[in-house]
Amino acid sequence: MEAIGSLIIAKYNYWAVIALLLIGLYAMIAKKNLVKKIIGMNIFQTAIILFYVSIGSKKGATIPIILHGPGDSAHAVHAADYINPLPHVLMLTAIVVSVATLGVALALAMKVYSQYGTLEEDEIQKKIMELEPG
Amino acid sequence: MKALGLIAALCLGVLLFYISLDFPSWGDGRSPASQHLSPYYIEHTMEDTSVPNIVTAVLADYRGYDTLFETAVIFSAGLACFFLLRVPERQAPAARFYRHLSTGITFRIEKGGRLPENTGEFERIDSVWVPYDVIISVTCRLVVPFVQLFALYVIAHGHHSPGGGFQGGVIFGAAIILFAISNNLRRTLRRMSEKTSALLSSVGVMIYAGTGVLCIIMGAGFLNYSALASILGVDPVAARSHSILVVEIGVGIAVTAVMVWIYYNLSSAGRQDEGL
Repeated sequence: MEAIGSLIIAKYNYWAVIALLLIGLYAMIAKKNLVKKIIGMNIFQTAIILFYVSIGSKKGATIPIILHGPGDSAHAVHAADYINPLPHVLMLTAIVVSVATLGVALALAMKVYSQYGTLEEDEIQKKIMELEPG
Repeated sequence: MKALGLIAALCLGVLLFYISLDFPSWGDGRSPASQHLSPYYIEHTMEDTSVPNIVTAVLADYRGYDTLFETAVIFSAGLACFFLLRVPERQAPAARFYRHLSTGITFRIEKGGRLPENTGEFERIDSVWVPYDVIISVTCRLVVPFVQLFALYVIAHGHHSPGGGFQGGVIFGAAIILFAISNNLRRTLRRMSEKTSALLSSVGVMIYAGTGVLCIIMGAGFLNYSALASILGVDPVAARSHSILVVEIGVGIAVTAVMVWIYYNLSSAGRQDEGL
């Protein structure tokens, strides 16, 4: 019983990420509405961001900002005292880029709506077939 | 399709769950991700750049190329939205709606009618009916300056606390978008026109790339900020710290302008006369 408890504590961040990944993936595959697909893509991206941030954490470490400012050489900096800054750097840019790609995706969806008058995939398919038979 | 998608997602979930058992446990300081590159950054950031915030130092200095191209990606996203949605010709709408400011009465003026622009007594409103809400518009008008001030703080204080160009830029853009939502798009466009936002978004990328080019002119590699020491009048390590601030300001300008630009085009479907 104790082993299961410690396993859950050690891995539950991955399981939460996996759950979010699957929700996003399912929404992208199964939903017919384009906006819902875009939201699924965003949930997927959020899962990846959470995954990266969670692998950067270290027990007993603080945020990656050096406590002793410039000019203080008396205190040595130990890598174990600060969490891993690299995932934060990568995800910082990824968050803003995901907002930008969300904007482009919504712009494309608007274009599709103005062309076909709907955002449902099967109805768009039908309209394309009517426009170009065969 | 639904059942197929569910099966595919669940199969992937089972595989990922099985693999997750081999992953390092959460908060493990000896995990592979924390072993190889990051100890160098943590231990040498202060002597290399004199920036206490390691994330800022890695973002703008060690991985400067990456961030430059991220900024370029954001700029191209703004351009993409512009090219996809913007409608150049302005056909006048069938009817326009005006509110008499002192009485609050709403008028509908048909096409061809005389429009009460510039009289100062009428205000144009969106054709989708929006209730006139004093509380929302006044509260947002009070909040917006403080949000903008906070954004500037986040950009300027990115060396010593969590923050930087991306975060501050997004907050600044959010303040302008908040103003646009609480008032209306035309009033926002009078304060920050589309041309301004397009120009600022390219200016931000130019500041970043220009700093890199200046380093080449001074005889070092692209984005090697220590070459700017003689221009800034400080030692090479402090020059890195100062150049990071310059670069972060460029990123902040670009992100702000692109967020606002994307909002302008998305909220009005590219017509930019009536927003949300």
